Amino acid sequence: MKPASFNYYRPSTLKEALQLLQKYGDEGKLIAGGQSLIPILNMRLSAPEYLIDISGLQDLNFIRVEDGLLKIGGLCRQRSLEQSSIVKEVAPLLVEAVPFIGHVQTRNRGTVGGSLVHADPTAEIPLSLLALDAKVVIQSIGEVREVPVQDFFITYLTTDISPSEMLTEIHVPVDANPRGYAFVEFSRRHGDFALVAAGCLLDTDKEGRIISGRLTLGGVAAVPMNAQDAIDILVGEKLSDSLLEEAGRIASENTDPEGDLHASREYRLHLAKVFTMRAIRKAYERSLKL
Amino acid sequence: MIKAAKKEKVLVRVQINGKFYEEEAEPRKLLSDFLREECGLTGTHVGCEHGVCGACTIRYNGAAVRSCLMFAVQAMDAEITTVEGLAQDGTRHPLQEAFTECHGLQCGFCTPGILMSALEFLEDHPNPKTEEIKEMLSGHLCRCTGYKGIIEAIEKVARQQNG
Repeated sequence: MKPASFNYYRPSTLKEALQLLQKYGDEGKLIAGGQSLIPILNMRLSAPEYLIDISGLQDLNFIRVEDGLLKIGGLCRQRSLEQSSIVKEVAPLLVEAVPFIGHVQTRNRGTVGGSLVHADPTAEIPLSLLALDAKVVIQSIGEVREVPVQDFFITYLTTDISPSEMLTEIHVPVDANPRGYAFVEFSRRHGDFALVAAGCLLDTDKEGRIISGRLTLGGVAAVPMNAQDAIDILVGEKLSDSLLEEAGRIASENTDPEGDLHASREYRLHLAKVFTMRAIRKAYERSLKL
Repeated sequence: MIKAAKKEKVLVRVQINGKFYEEEAEPRKLLSDFLREECGLTGTHVGCEHGVCGACTIRYNGAAVRSCLMFAVQAMDAEITTVEGLAQDGTRHPLQEAFTECHGLQCGFCTPGILMSALEFLEDHPNPKTEEIKEMLSGHLCRCTGYKGIIEAIEKVARQQNG
């Protein structure tokens, strides 16, 4: 399996990269870490005329906290995210999610931005960033725009990004107070695509009543899903087994998974319930300890 | 900016196992094929060619990565270590020694990749837990040994390193 021939450009500045995208975006493809794209090219599922390699744009490889936001460069490696003490402190959900992505050998190359724009509905980073209510910064020649992750994913492998645009940064709001968090996932073998994954964030008061939260599910629809209805019934309450069961039921009922050779629709619905419950319980227990 | 048209060959300059190489490659040439075909380093094995089997794993600027998921042109000026770089002056690396002693290989196809991952892993985990070794090995497929010997070999080297 060898990729089809392509014209190769490796720009050394963001401006050059955006100019190339403006010119060749329609027939071209950006490559950053390449851990999803190169398999696709090797299998010739895609054969772009132009490959624009942005892996040299080191200005886009950063993790920092600024203006109340955790800012992550599009070219930040998944491995850097996993090992970052800053991320562990301000967005531990991400640090819990990243080890589920492929293997350490692919996380050493794979980027955060690449995971977002690839938009696999089972992917861990999109799911976590949706839970964290993050925004992505998208640039083209003459325009910079911000899009909430909530609106970024359109359907399978499709995002609100045009051929002349590049995702350059991710902005995650930093909580004033830490919240309970949990990322849980089920796959047949470690490193496989998730059958179902869930991310949860919960805030509780001193008595252990839930103040607010977020719950997102992956692998159950064409895009990562926000399962807010399941959280809404928990607000103002202490978590009980019956409430947890009810939240799991609601989350599962709101999903619309497709069956495939890895798991039937019914099995995914079942997993959606079970993993919703596990995520909420884990996040709740953690929030009580804060 | 580096640019190359479809069939145009680019001169790729890399340091592999401490030695400099300058060889030509079309943009579409995978790094794994470049190592084998242009540099003559056939110790890096090519299995699935889509990042699943781990046989082609090398160290790229210190990190264990799949050489089939990179293009040779991307490796310009990089420092690479392949399995050929492990033995020094005809003496096998302790990992290679341990793999032999613990029956960590049979046909040997997956071994070069596993050795390169294990090397990075032991630097990051001087006292590895068995679970951590398994997690690292999840990025490699071995169809002969059943992994038990591989895990034992890595544990043995960790013990040796800790004196």
